Amino acid sequence: MSVFNQSRGRIIQIIIGVVFIVITAQLINLQIFSSQYKLAAENNAIYRKIIYPDRGIIFDRKKRALLENTISFDLIVTPSESKGTDTASLCAILGIDTADYKKRMLDLIFKNTRVRPSVFEPLLSAELYAKLTENMYKFPGFVLSERSVRTYPFNTAAQLLGYIAEVDTSYLRKNKHLGYEMGDYAGMSGLEKTYESILMGQRGIKRFIRDNKSRIQGPYENGIFDTIPVAGRNLFTSIDVEVQQLAEQLLQNKIGSAVAINPRTGGIITMVSSPTYNPNVLTGNARRKNWGRMVMDTAKPMYNRAIKGQYPPGSTFKPLGALVALDQGLITSDYGIGCSGGYGACGGVYVRCEHSNAGHAANLRLALANSCNSYFSDVFRKALDNKKWGNTNQGYLKWKEYMNAFGLGRRLEVDLPSEDKANIPDTSIYNKFFGGARRWNSCSVLTLGIGQDKMTATPLQMANLMCIIANRGYYFPPHFVDSIENEQIEDTVLMNKYRKKHVVTNISDNDYQAVNDGMHDVTVYGTASHLKIPGIEYCAKTGTAQNPHGKNHSLFVAFAPKDNPKIAVAVVVENGGYGSVAAGPIASLIMEKYLNDTLSAAGKATAERVTNMNLIPQAIKNWYTRKDEERAARLAKLALEEAAEKEEAENVKENNKNNTEATLEQGSKPVGNKKDSTDKYKIKAALLLSEDKKKRIGGRAQ
Amino acid sequence: MMKNKNISQGVDYPMIWLYSILVAIGVLCIFMVEFSEGSNWFTSFIGGKTNYSKQLFFAGFCALVATFILLTDSKLFTAFANLMYAFGLLLMVATFFIGKNINGSKSWIPMGGGFNLQPAELCKIFTALALAKFLSRQETDFSKLKFQLIAGAIAIAPAILSILQHELGLALVYSSFLIAMYREGLPAQILIFGSSFGVLVIASLIIEPNTLLIILSAIAILLIYFARRQARRNKGLITTIIIIWMLSAGTQRFVIPYIFNNVFECYQSTRIYSMVGKDYNCTDNVKSLKKQKAGNEKAPKKPDDYNVRQSKIAIGSGGFAGKGFLKGTQTRGKYVPAQHTDFIFTSLGEAFGFIGCLIFLIIYIALLYRIIRIAERQRSTFSRVYAYSVVSILFFHFAVNVSMTIGFFPIVGIPLPMVSYGGSSLLTFTILIFILLRLDADRQMVLR
Repeated sequence: MSVFNQSRGRIIQIIIGVVFIVITAQLINLQIFSSQYKLAAENNAIYRKIIYPDRGIIFDRKKRALLENTISFDLIVTPSESKGTDTASLCAILGIDTADYKKRMLDLIFKNTRVRPSVFEPLLSAELYAKLTENMYKFPGFVLSERSVRTYPFNTAAQLLGYIAEVDTSYLRKNKHLGYEMGDYAGMSGLEKTYESILMGQRGIKRFIRDNKSRIQGPYENGIFDTIPVAGRNLFTSIDVEVQQLAEQLLQNKIGSAVAINPRTGGIITMVSSPTYNPNVLTGNARRKNWGRMVMDTAKPMYNRAIKGQYPPGSTFKPLGALVALDQGLITSDYGIGCSGGYGACGGVYVRCEHSNAGHAANLRLALANSCNSYFSDVFRKALDNKKWGNTNQGYLKWKEYMNAFGLGRRLEVDLPSEDKANIPDTSIYNKFFGGARRWNSCSVLTLGIGQDKMTATPLQMANLMCIIANRGYYFPPHFVDSIENEQIEDTVLMNKYRKKHVVTNISDNDYQAVNDGMHDVTVYGTASHLKIPGIEYCAKTGTAQNPHGKNHSLFVAFAPKDNPKIAVAVVVENGGYGSVAAGPIASLIMEKYLNDTLSAAGKATAERVTNMNLIPQAIKNWYTRKDEERAARLAKLALEEAAEKEEAENVKENNKNNTEATLEQGSKPVGNKKDSTDKYKIKAALLLSEDKKKRIGGRAQ
Repeated sequence: MMKNKNISQGVDYPMIWLYSILVAIGVLCIFMVEFSEGSNWFTSFIGGKTNYSKQLFFAGFCALVATFILLTDSKLFTAFANLMYAFGLLLMVATFFIGKNINGSKSWIPMGGGFNLQPAELCKIFTALALAKFLSRQETDFSKLKFQLIAGAIAIAPAILSILQHELGLALVYSSFLIAMYREGLPAQILIFGSSFGVLVIASLIIEPNTLLIILSAIAILLIYFARRQARRNKGLITTIIIIWMLSAGTQRFVIPYIFNNVFECYQSTRIYSMVGKDYNCTDNVKSLKKQKAGNEKAPKKPDDYNVRQSKIAIGSGGFAGKGFLKGTQTRGKYVPAQHTDFIFTSLGEAFGFIGCLIFLIIYIALLYRIIRIAERQRSTFSRVYAYSVVSILFFHFAVNVSMTIGFFPIVGIPLPMVSYGGSSLLTFTILIFILLRLDADRQMVLR
C-alpha cells in the first residue's frame, strides 16, 4: 500500500530542494555579491564623531606666538531630537524671534538632514555661554560643543595670517579628497590658507554604535577603528612682530603698503597693507557682521596691497635700469652723460630732469644719487636698441626677460594666496597701442626707463628688487615661513622653492659698488639725506610716481646696512607726494627698529609725526562721512521706534493699573514719563552711534 | 512486549538531535537579539525576565511535553483525532468571545500567569491528525472528487476561522496541506493550475495591464496556431484555449485589482506590491478611503518597505563569514522590527554570514528530508499522511519565513519553527514532531 504514489514523495523532495537552492542563490546574491548592504548597515549603525585637533600656532622670528588657540563654544542641535525644547526661552537668550528660529531650523535640516547635529549658533560669547549652560536642561536636542578658535595676542598682521571660517558647500566640493565635513573650519586666506594642510593636523574619529533611535550604544568594536587626533604643526616665520606693529602704526590713516625682507634668506620681516584691521574682529560671534562691514568698506581693509597693489615704481626703478645695461655690457660704472635739465634725443618725447647743473650725471654713482632722468632714459634706450638683439622689438623682449628675471611682471610665489603679478607689458600691448610692431621704438616707451609708462610693480616685487641689489645679484624667493615643526619630506618639497638661490646678473663687484654707492649717496646728500638711522649707513632710492587720478604716490626703497645688508624695504604711500616725505620716514623707521631693536628719541618723534599724518584721499573720507550719516539716521529711527513701543507698553500698563486699582493719580504723570523716555532714547542713540564710530575707526586703523 | 517497552525504543534519534539543535540555535539567536553589553548574561538567562530566558523555559516545558507524548500510546492519536479536531475548532470559535486582543488580532486565549494560547496554532496539529484519520479510512477513495472536497474542507475550515481573526499568515499555513494531499493522490493538475494562477497574479502586479493583455493574447494565438492540427480532431480544444484566455484576461484586468483595492487592507496590498518592487497607491483602496472618511486613519502614507529593507541590510551586511557572535550592528541597534520572532533569521545571517546561513539551511533541509524518509517507511496510511502533513507545515513555515526575510515573499506573520521566539509556536511544533516520533516508533506494530 505504501508504494502507492511513492514517486510523488520524490517530487516533494525535489520541490524542497529547489526552494533550498533558490534561497541559497538569493543569500549568495545578498551576502556575497551586494556590497551596498554592508555600507547601508554601517550608515545605519555607526556614528562617527570627529575629534578636532588643535590647530598649529604661527610664531614670529623670536618665537612669539602671533596667534593662539582658545576654547569657544558652539550651540549644536540635532533637529530630530529637539522636540519639547522651550523655544521661547531659547530665543530670548539668543535674542532672536521664533520665526527666525524656525527658519534656521529648516535651513539646517535642509543642509544637513534632520538626524545629524548641526551648528545652530557658532562661537558663543562668554555671557551667552553662561546663560545657556544654566538653561540647557530646557533644550533637549541642543548641546554645547567645544571648538578651538584663534586669538591674536598682538592684534596685528591680520592680512598675513588670514582667518579661518566654517567651510561652505563650494569649499567642500572643491576639496572633496581632503575629507572636510560640514561644520569644519578651514583657513580661508593668508598663511592659514596656504599652510592649511600643516596647521590643520589630523582629525581623530571615534566610532560609536547607535540604535534605531540614534541613541549611542557604546564604542564600535571597542574603539579599535578609532583614530587619535594629531595636533596641527607649528609654523616658524620670519615676521618680526614688533616691526610689524610699528609699520602698521606708521601707515595708519594712509593708504599704502610696506614690505621688509631679509635679503640673505628671502624671509619677509614685515608686510603691511593699510588700511588693515584687527584680526580679533574676525573671531567670535561678531565675525559675520564685521566681515560684511569690511567687505563693503571702500578702502578695502581686507585687500593686501603688498602683493596685490600695482604701482608704477617711478624713480625707484632707476637702479634696475642701470643693472640691465651693466649686465649687457652697454655701460660701465664710469659711463656718464651731460644733462642740462632734460632728455631731448627723442625729439617729440622730452623727459625733464630735476637737475641741470653740469656733471650731475658724470658717472653712474652721480646719476643715481641725483636721480637723473636723462641718464636713465639714455641707458634704457641703449638696452632696447642694443644691436645684438636685432631690432627694438627684440630688444624690448630681451629687456622684458630681464624684468621677469628680476621678479617684475610675474608672481614671486610668496606663500600667500592670490598674489598679483603686476605688469610689465608684452610687445603685443604696445603693438596694439601704437598700431603695429614697426610703429614704435625706444623713444615711444622712453618713460619705462624711469619707471613710468605702463609698467607697474607690487610693493613685494620692489622689496625683492632691493634684495637683489643688496645681495649683488641674487635673491631667495620672498616667503614668511622659515621652518615647519617636524618637517617631513613633503614639506621640504614645499619649502625647497624658498631655499633655492636665484642668481640673476653677472655684474662685477666694482659696478655693483657704483650702484650701492649711488644709493648710499642718496641718503648722504640726495633726496633722503634728512632720514638718518643712528649708527647705520644705508642705501636708498626715493620715488614719486605720477598718478593720473590724484596726488602723486610716494615711494621709497632701501636696504641697510650699506655693507652686509640685513634688511631690504619698500614702502608705498598712495597720494603721499614726494618719496622722501611719506614713504621715506616709514622705511627708515622700519629699518631702525629692526636693526637697533628700539627707536632713538629722534626716531620716536618722527614716528609720532608720521603716525599722525593723515593722507586718506578726500573721496574716501567723504564716503565714510556719508556712511556714518546713514548709520546715524538708521540708529535714531530704530531707537525712536523702540521708545514708542516701550511707551505704548507702559501706557497700557499704566491704564490697567488705573483701571484696576482706581487710584487717583494725576493725569500728568504718564505724560511726564513719555517725555522722559523719549529723551532717554535719543541720548542712547547718540551714544550708540559714537561708540560704533569709535569701534569702526579702531578696527580700520589699528 | 508492552511490558518491556522502553520510552526510547524505536524512536528516531536523528530527528531528536535535529530538533534539539534547531531549538538551541533559536535560543542563541534570541540571545543575540536581546543582548545588551554590561549585563550579566548568566543571571539574565535564568532570571526569566528576558525573552531568551523565557524561550529557554519554554524549551524545558516542551521537553516535558515531548517526554509525555513519547510515553503515550500511538493508538490514542488515531482514536481521538476527530474529537481533537472538533475541540480545536471549538476553541477557535471561542476566541471570538473570550479572546484577548494582541497586536490587532483577537486570536489569543489568556491562560493566566502572563501566558497566552493561540488556538489556531494548536489547530494545525488537530487538522493534521484529522486529515490523516480521514484519508486512512477504509471507505475513503481519494481519487474521487467527493473525498477530495471533504479533505479540502477539513483543511480550509480552520483557515477561514483564522482569516476572521485577522491572522492571514496562519490561514495561509493551511494551504500547505495541499502538499500532503498531493502525495496521497490529489491530481497534479490542481497544483499546476494553482502555480500558473500564482504566476498570473504576480505578472499582473509587475506588468502593465495592457502589455500583459497583449502577451496573453499572443500566447493564446500561438497555442491555437500550433494546436490547429489537433483541433481538427478535437473540436473542444480551441474553445478551451479561448475560455482560459478569457479567464486569464478577466483575472488580470478585473479580479486582481478588485481584490487589492476592495478586499485587502491598504497595508496588505502595500506589502504585496513592495515585494515585487512596486508602489501601491493607497488612495485606490476602498477600505482605507472608508476609514479616512470616518476619520480613523491619517492620509495614506507612502508605501513603507522599512522591514524588508532593514532585514535585507542585516542579512546582506553579514557577508561571507558574518560579523561574529554578538557583533551584528543591525541586531545590536534593533533596526530590524520583530527580530526575535518573525525576523529571527536576520540575526543569524548578520552574525554568521553566508556560511552560517548555509549550515542552518542544511540542518533544516536535513530535518525535512528526514521526516519524508520517516513518512515513506510507515506502514499505515494514517502515519504517512500525518508525517507528510508535518513536513508540509514545517516546509511552508520555513520557506515563507526565510523568503520573507530575504525579500522574496510579502511580510506575513509566520514564525520560523523551533527558532522564532514564542511559546505557543514552539509547543505546537514540538507536539507535531513528537506525535510523529511516537507514531514512527510504533510503525512495526501497525499492520494496516
